[in-house]
Amino acid sequence: MNGFLQALANPSVPFVRNALIGSVLAAFLFGILGSLVTVRRIAGLAGAISHTVLGGIGLALFLAAKGAPKWVTPMLGALVFAVFAALTISAVSLKAKQREDTVINALWAIGMSLGIVFMAKTPGYADPMSYLFGNILLVTSADLYLLAALTLIVLVLVWRYYRHLEAASFDEEFAATKGVPVTAIYLALLLVIAVAIVLLQTFVGIVMVIAMLTLPAGTAGYFSRNLAGMMVNATVLSFLFSVSGLVVSWHFDLPAGAVIVLLAGAVFIAFAAGKVVAGRRLARARP
Amino acid sequence: MGDIIQDPGHSAVSAPARAMRPEAETRPTPSDARHLPHSPEHIAIWCKDLAFRYREAQVFDHVAFHVHRGEFVALTGKNGAGKSTLLKLIVGILEPASGEVLVFGAPPKKQTESIGYVPQHAGFDPAFPIAVKEVVGMGRLSGLSRVARGQKQEEIDWALEQAEVGDLRERRFSALSGGQRRRVLVARALVGHPKLLVLDEPTANMDAASEQKFYDVLARVKGNTTVLIATHDSDFVSALADTVLCVGQDVDHPHSVHRHALEQADHAPEELYGGKVVRVRHDIELPDNACCEGKD
Repeated sequence: MNGFLQALANPSVPFVRNALIGSVLAAFLFGILGSLVTVRRIAGLAGAISHTVLGGIGLALFLAAKGAPKWVTPMLGALVFAVFAALTISAVSLKAKQREDTVINALWAIGMSLGIVFMAKTPGYADPMSYLFGNILLVTSADLYLLAALTLIVLVLVWRYYRHLEAASFDEEFAATKGVPVTAIYLALLLVIAVAIVLLQTFVGIVMVIAMLTLPAGTAGYFSRNLAGMMVNATVLSFLFSVSGLVVSWHFDLPAGAVIVLLAGAVFIAFAAGKVVAGRRLARARP
Repeated sequence: MGDIIQDPGHSAVSAPARAMRPEAETRPTPSDARHLPHSPEHIAIWCKDLAFRYREAQVFDHVAFHVHRGEFVALTGKNGAGKSTLLKLIVGILEPASGEVLVFGAPPKKQTESIGYVPQHAGFDPAFPIAVKEVVGMGRLSGLSRVARGQKQEEIDWALEQAEVGDLRERRFSALSGGQRRRVLVARALVGHPKLLVLDEPTANMDAASEQKFYDVLARVKGNTTVLIATHDSDFVSALADTVLCVGQDVDHPHSVHRHALEQADHAPEELYGGKVVRVRHDIELPDNACCEGKD
C-alpha cells in the first residue's frame, strides 16, 4: 500500500495518478450505465457491442499500416463499429424481437473475428490481447478529458431524465402511454453505452468492460432500495473495486484490469451466495 | 331468464324488445359511429372504421363503436380474440392500419394525461429495485416534462388511498402479492386523475377476496372516470358495467367488436366473481347508438 501511495505522489510516474483519476471517472459510468444495463437486462447486448469494437480497432490498425490518414485511429474504428453495432441491434430489437439474440451473437462473433483477421494481416506487431484485456496504467491525459466529458454528459442526462429512464426501464409499455419517448430513450441509451464502451475499453479492455458494467451494479442490486440508490451504490463499488484492484495489482505485480474484475466478481458471488443462504433460512423459519 | 338490461347503472333501456331486434337490422356499421348526435369531445372513446393487422393476420376490420363519458364498459372475448390489441390501440401504444381512434375528440397520443392504463402482463423484473410510491409516481409523467415534487407527493398519497394501498407506500414493489400489485398499478393509473381508465384483465388469476377489493376500488372511481375493463370471463361481467363490448364473438365477423345486451344474473355465486355480476347475452346484439338515449 505504501509503495502505491508513494508512486501516486511521485510526479515522475504520472500514469499511476492518471489510473486513479480514470478509475474515479470510470466508476461513474460503470455505476450509472451498469445499473441501467442490469435492470433493463441488456448485458448481452452491451457485450456484443463491446466485442464488435475489436473489428473496428483491427480495421483501423490495418488501414493505418497501409497508409491511411492519421485520423484513422483505433479509437475511431472502435467508435464506428460500436455505433454500427448499437444501431443494428436496436433496429432488430425494435422491429424483429425474436431474432434479437441471434443478431447479438452474430455481431459478437463476426466483430471479434474481423478484428483478429485484420490484425493478422497488419504489418508489424498488433497484439489483440492488449485490446481485449487493456491496461489501466496506460491511460493518457487525453483519454481522461474524453472520459470526463462523457461522465459529465451522462450525469446531466440521468439527473434531468431520471424519472423517464426509470419508467422506461420498469414498464416500457406504460411509459409509452404517458408520452415518454421510449424508443428514443432506448436508442440514446445504446449509443451512450457504445461510446462509453469505446472509452472504457482503454482501461480494462473489451472483455472486462462488460464485467464491470454488470458486476458492481449486480452487487448493488442486492441491497439498493431504488434505481437511484443502485446507481450510487454501484458507482461507489466500482470505485472501491478499481482502487483496491490497482493497489493489489501494484503490490503483487499482476494485470490491473484482471485483478479489478476478479475482486468485483468475488464480491458479487459472495452477495449472491449470502442471498441464497438468507432465503433458505427465511423459508425454514416460516411455520 | 332475467330482465334484459342495457345500462344497469344509469339509463336502463326499458324496452327489451328493442334490444332484441333481429341481428340483420341491428348490426352496427361504420356509418353508425360516424353519425352520432354528439360532438367528438363529449365521447370518451370513438373508434371509426378501425382496421388492424399483425403482419399477415387480420385482427380488426371495420370496427366501429363509441363509449360515453362516465360509462363503465366491460370488454369481453375469448383468449386471442384481440382484447389487449384493442386496448393498446385505444391508449395509443399501437397505430391502426386504417380508420381512427379518438379519445375525448383527439388521437390517444395527444391525450396522454387523460388516459390511465393498467397493462395485462407488465414484464416486471422481480429484481428491479423500486418502492410502491415510485411505481405510482410514474403515472404523473407526461412526455419529457418535469413534475413538481410537492404536487407529486400529494397526488401519490391520494391515489394510494383511492386504491386502498396507502399502507404499502414504502414497501418494495417486488415484495407485494399479485392482488396488491394490481391495486398499486391502478393507483399508478389514477394518480394523474385520468378521464379514461383502461384496464387489461386486471383480475386474472386473482382470488375472489382480492377481486372484490379490486372492484370496490373501481366502484369508487365509477362515474367520475370512464372505465374500460377487459375481462377474461365472457359470460358474466361485473354489475358495475353499463355496457359490454364483445371482441370476435361473431362467427361471421371474427374481426369485429359488437355491443351485446346484459341481463340480471341474481343467482350467480358472488363468491366466485368477487361481487355482483350480470350475464352477457351474446345472442342479442345492440346497435352502436343503443346507448345514446338521454346522453349529452
